[in-house]
Amino acid sequence: MITRLFSFRGGVKPDAHKSESAHAPIAMAPMPERLIVPLRQSTRATARCIVQVGDLVLKGQRIGEPEGTLGTAVHAPTSGKVIEFGLHPLAHPSDLNTRCVVIEPDGADRWIERQVFDYHTASREQALAQLRDCGIVGLGGATFPSHVKLGRGTGIETLILNGAECEPWITCDDRLMRERARDILAGASILRDLIGARRLVIGIEDNKPEAIAAMQAAASNIDGETSVVAVPSLYPAGGEKQLIRVLTGIEIPYGKLGAEFGVQCFNVGTAHAVYRALAHGEPLLSRIVTLTGNVARAGNYEVLIGTPISHLLTLCGPKPDTDRTLMGGPMMGFALPRLDVPVVKGTNCIISASPALFPPPLPEQPCIRCGECARACPAELQPFELYWFSRAHNFGKAQEYNLFDCIECGCCSYVCPSHIPLVDYYRFAKSEIWAREREKSAADQARDRFEFRNFRQEREKEEKAAKLAAKAAETRAKLGDTPAPSTAAKADEDPKKALIAAALARAKAQKEAVQPRNTDQLSADTEAEIAEIDARRIKASLEDPAASGNPPSPDRSPESTP
Amino acid sequence: MLTALLIMTGIALVLGAALGYAAIRFRVEGDPLVEKIDAILPQTQCGQCSYPGCKPYAEAIAKGEADINQCPPGGEEGIRKLADLLGREFKPLSEEHGVEKPKSVALIDEQTCIGCTLCIQACPVDAIVGAAKQMHTVVEPLCTGCELCLAPCPVDCITMVEVPETVQTWKWKYPVFELRKSA
Amino acid sequence: MIHSPYIRKPASVQRVMFNVLLALVPGIAAYVWQIGAGILVNIAIATLTAVAAEVIMLSLRKRPVMLAATDLSAVVTAWLVALAFPPIVPWWLTVLAVLVAIVAVKHLYGGLGQNPFNPAMAAYCTMIVAYPALMSQWPAAGTVDFATQLHLILGGARELDAVTGATALDALRTGLRANGSVATLLQSNTYGAVGGRGWEWIAAGYLLGGLFLLASRTITWHLPTGFLVGLGVTSGIFWLIHPEQFASPLFHLASGGAMLAAFFIVTDPVSGATTPRGKLIFAAGVGLIAYLIRAFGAYPEGIAFGVLLMNICVPLIDMKTQPAVFGHRGGRQP
Repeated sequence: MITRLFSFRGGVKPDAHKSESAHAPIAMAPMPERLIVPLRQSTRATARCIVQVGDLVLKGQRIGEPEGTLGTAVHAPTSGKVIEFGLHPLAHPSDLNTRCVVIEPDGADRWIERQVFDYHTASREQALAQLRDCGIVGLGGATFPSHVKLGRGTGIETLILNGAECEPWITCDDRLMRERARDILAGASILRDLIGARRLVIGIEDNKPEAIAAMQAAASNIDGETSVVAVPSLYPAGGEKQLIRVLTGIEIPYGKLGAEFGVQCFNVGTAHAVYRALAHGEPLLSRIVTLTGNVARAGNYEVLIGTPISHLLTLCGPKPDTDRTLMGGPMMGFALPRLDVPVVKGTNCIISASPALFPPPLPEQPCIRCGECARACPAELQPFELYWFSRAHNFGKAQEYNLFDCIECGCCSYVCPSHIPLVDYYRFAKSEIWAREREKSAADQARDRFEFRNFRQEREKEEKAAKLAAKAAETRAKLGDTPAPSTAAKADEDPKKALIAAALARAKAQKEAVQPRNTDQLSADTEAEIAEIDARRIKASLEDPAASGNPPSPDRSPESTP
Repeated sequence: MLTALLIMTGIALVLGAALGYAAIRFRVEGDPLVEKIDAILPQTQCGQCSYPGCKPYAEAIAKGEADINQCPPGGEEGIRKLADLLGREFKPLSEEHGVEKPKSVALIDEQTCIGCTLCIQACPVDAIVGAAKQMHTVVEPLCTGCELCLAPCPVDCITMVEVPETVQTWKWKYPVFELRKSA
Repeated sequence: MIHSPYIRKPASVQRVMFNVLLALVPGIAAYVWQIGAGILVNIAIATLTAVAAEVIMLSLRKRPVMLAATDLSAVVTAWLVALAFPPIVPWWLTVLAVLVAIVAVKHLYGGLGQNPFNPAMAAYCTMIVAYPALMSQWPAAGTVDFATQLHLILGGARELDAVTGATALDALRTGLRANGSVATLLQSNTYGAVGGRGWEWIAAGYLLGGLFLLASRTITWHLPTGFLVGLGVTSGIFWLIHPEQFASPLFHLASGGAMLAAFFIVTDPVSGATTPRGKLIFAAGVGLIAYLIRAFGAYPEGIAFGVLLMNICVPLIDMKTQPAVFGHRGGRQP
């Protein structure tokens, strides 16, 4: 079947460098001495640790409980002993820490008893829950939870499998498609059933003929309209939006999801993981990682999540002139600030970089507005305008010029004759805008709460005055004409001070024996006051509109990196 | 001569009428300046500016009673924004009002807390929960770090803890390059 | 810390500028062949002045001198100044013009990439206002030999009418003002097949270079097309209305600096519009203004004024012609 192909504007053609690592079959990476499993495995969500130091865990045993709507479960990649739970640096340009469970493997690699999941009889909701509990996230790089993406509605026309793998050097999807095409397609047909898609289109860049052949062979074995399409090799054809455009002609704007346009896109690795989770009940414990670059033995390995990068590097043997190690591809990846960080679900490639392969950038020259970047931009932005605005901290203007449509693919920086690190400016501007939005929503919340508190205090004052007046009138009526307002005020103040003094004295005693609630030895008068305060507080909390709510956390839309 | 005078008078009248109409037609309602100033202030409600909250300080600035450099939590950036908005010169933070500190939140040592509720009453944004004779705790996302709860505490069980940077809040830095490297 | 992308296309400002210089070579060759080698002397004077001015300004501004002085942008400006000026202007006029271009128009506005006006054209306008006579002496092909050219460039005494004719454009306009008709005027010795005699070959040289720039993707088609269409259509309208009084579009396109402007002057990226539609509007505007000044103004050539006037409009043009971003246009969903 011939599918009409569309094209996206822009794009670049860097040297592919696929042959270095694409020749050898996927090998199992040997077990490291210890696995550092970060609990932050999907975008914006960190799982809650449910094991304790000293616990013995089995392979596939859940160690992190999903929290929040974007949470996914985290599992022990092998059997062994939990030796630590604490903060460890994450593979991230920030070099910041995140909560990790450190497991010392026992070498037996003993599986937990796998719950067989029959996806033929299960409901859609059960299947999505199973994916969440198996920790399935998008393996293209963005690690967006698959159950959330799948949950965005049914009635999808087209399911797209992304096997484009347009970034230079990376071959993990290529090898996966060559070797496990049948599993990928089995996963794809499950995905298709889950979203009710009519047809399945698999997009693979035409520089991977073996993968295309393998996928075509496997595709002939599954039911339904399925086509394997070779797309022209043009970076970033593997960007989710670009691939959808090429295969269907549909353009998905920033902030919108494919589901709204009747199309959904999943990485081939994700389809594979979905198959393992739903057909075999296996959680996502490992992934394929390409080890390449300035190394003696480039290749693809199946690596357990949590394996330290330094351990992986011993497999490929970086040459002596290696000066950096990159995670991800050279277009969108980042230089690892340190090597003791673990592999996470989004780690697709580790590149040893040398000055010869990745020369340091030439000195920056002034922008001459040549427009080369605009011609290369697959989002059809005017990158040099965004650059001027970001440079001048003119973030409002940058947003007006659609800064957030930028997918940070790096094409503009790649072609810039002035060697300006354009993408760095956009990253800076974006994170600055997010920070400001966070600050602003925190400030708005504080303002609301402050104003409400003032309003409440005012009201309480009025209520108290009214009550006092009523009391005074009552006393007057009882005692005749002698008014006594001052005694009422004193009665309100004095016991409180006495109470604090008493509490201070008690606090010392309390240090020895902590008592949960020392309500004994109270005068009836104080008891009454406490009751009154409690009542007031309950009333106030009922009226309080600004109850809670975290500031909206700005993050990327769920799309896989190209 | 007379014609010229008439023409000039006519033009003056027409333009005057147009300006007058515009003044009515495009009049700006309310006092947006106070709102604009208030929007720049960090809403910490700490009172370090010597006004009881951010809004009163904004009103004071708008009236010209207060200077723009009295807000330590807003820091230098806040002063710059105010200077921009009001068309004034930037000036450094006035020292008598305090110093700029990293964003912090209050933390109650729950072992020491005696449950006196004084901090609850002091908190301008109701970010402390607890009841009399029960230990209190700070709702961290609501705390503005104003430090108003520190002074009233009779057992000094409240400390300010700096908010750590996380992967979520981490920011990409402004790209800097050696201009003279190749010179 | 260096961030991604870690690979870059081998491109540089030098390479862009070098391509422009390379593309000027056929035009210069035709110039030397038809008019004489005097232009080479002018180019040399302009180049030396430009590079010296560039180095001085960069060090005064405390910028990396070696990096910026070798980007060839000053050389491009110098060559354009020399080629836009009459080939027999005295040396000091060239020096002055280049100083105006590099010091005042380029560096006082912040150096490469920051100037709102095209330096070469700003210099041209300054000089034509300051020295209208010297800027209007254009020798026709074969009328002035190299020795005389050198003599004039080095500041020799000028017996003006003896050595110089007016340009084709100038002669045509003077003739038309004197109630001549286009057809009879074009019979004179000043004109060749389509434009000024000899000058039409130079225009062909620029066209050749321009095609090279298009082929090497140094420039896009928008700017030359916009300019040529703007000039051609405007002149065509007047020509159709009154062929006796107005020269044909072909004459206008082949005369004066039209070809130089189309491929080398309106294509200056720094001071020009940048969006595809904006480029068309910008260049067409230059063509329109150039024609109006040629036909009705006080100067024989109006391209420089057209460029400066349109430079002023660039921010507005760019703002109003921002192209739709991926996914933001309604019509492209199938």
